[in-house]
Amino acid sequence: MAKRVLLGAAAVLLVIAAAYASFFVAPEERTMGVLQRIFYFHVSCAWAGLTAFSIGFLANLLYVWKRKEKYDWLGVSCAEVGLAFTTVVLISGPIWAKPAWGIYWTWDARLTSTFVLWLLYISYLLLRTLIEEPDRRALLSALFGIFAFIDVPIVFGAIRWWRTQHPAPVIMGGPNSGLAPGMRGTFFFAVFAMHILMWFLIAERYSLEKMRNELELVRQEAEAI
Amino acid sequence: MKNLDSVFWAYILGWAIFFAFYLSIAKRSNDLRAEVERLKKSALGSSREK
Repeated sequence: MAKRVLLGAAAVLLVIAAAYASFFVAPEERTMGVLQRIFYFHVSCAWAGLTAFSIGFLANLLYVWKRKEKYDWLGVSCAEVGLAFTTVVLISGPIWAKPAWGIYWTWDARLTSTFVLWLLYISYLLLRTLIEEPDRRALLSALFGIFAFIDVPIVFGAIRWWRTQHPAPVIMGGPNSGLAPGMRGTFFFAVFAMHILMWFLIAERYSLEKMRNELELVRQEAEAI
Repeated sequence: MKNLDSVFWAYILGWAIFFAFYLSIAKRSNDLRAEVERLKKSALGSSREK
């Protein structure tokens, strides 16, 4: 509990510092001006979301292999947290796109694959509400989670494999990509801050799932009495 | 400054989503904790009656 409080405090302080750096430390971009400052928030949230889904994927694989409920708890925690980050991405992206492109949305490969990812993990959470029996729910949702993860590399590769309305990658995008040194430091700091926030939210959500399991045990004991 | 309102809304709505998500976890945790306490008390009560 104390560890989670400390982690929460660290996450809040880091994201405040990252927001400060995004507005007051990073240099202003020449063509977009102040609008480009959404980049530090939008992209760091996208990376944290994809990391959460990747951890969830590993947890789903481990559940299918070992059938330990702690992997099921981790899988659902990562799915919910990844979904929260992806929701932020899908909202901040169009807000950035309207003044930059003149439109809120277009069905290009990156935007569509991200929207599909969001729908897949909504379906994952809905599936869990439909199955009563815990072991069956854990197994079926782990299998669905493994299937849903197929879209994560497609989201990552969409702007590398296809010509899209979405800008080409500035990180890991080949020889002509990259960020100015002042921007790079702020960007990686924002990515770090968002990953700490992601870790904190997963820890909170995991403890909720653990408590739900304890409640089930207490319920069974009460019924036995 | 041009487009400052877009930057403002992107950050504000983003933080609102994280805050709402955290509140939903906290609320669900509190509800579960209350339910565990209620069940423990009722189990204790029925075992005393026996």
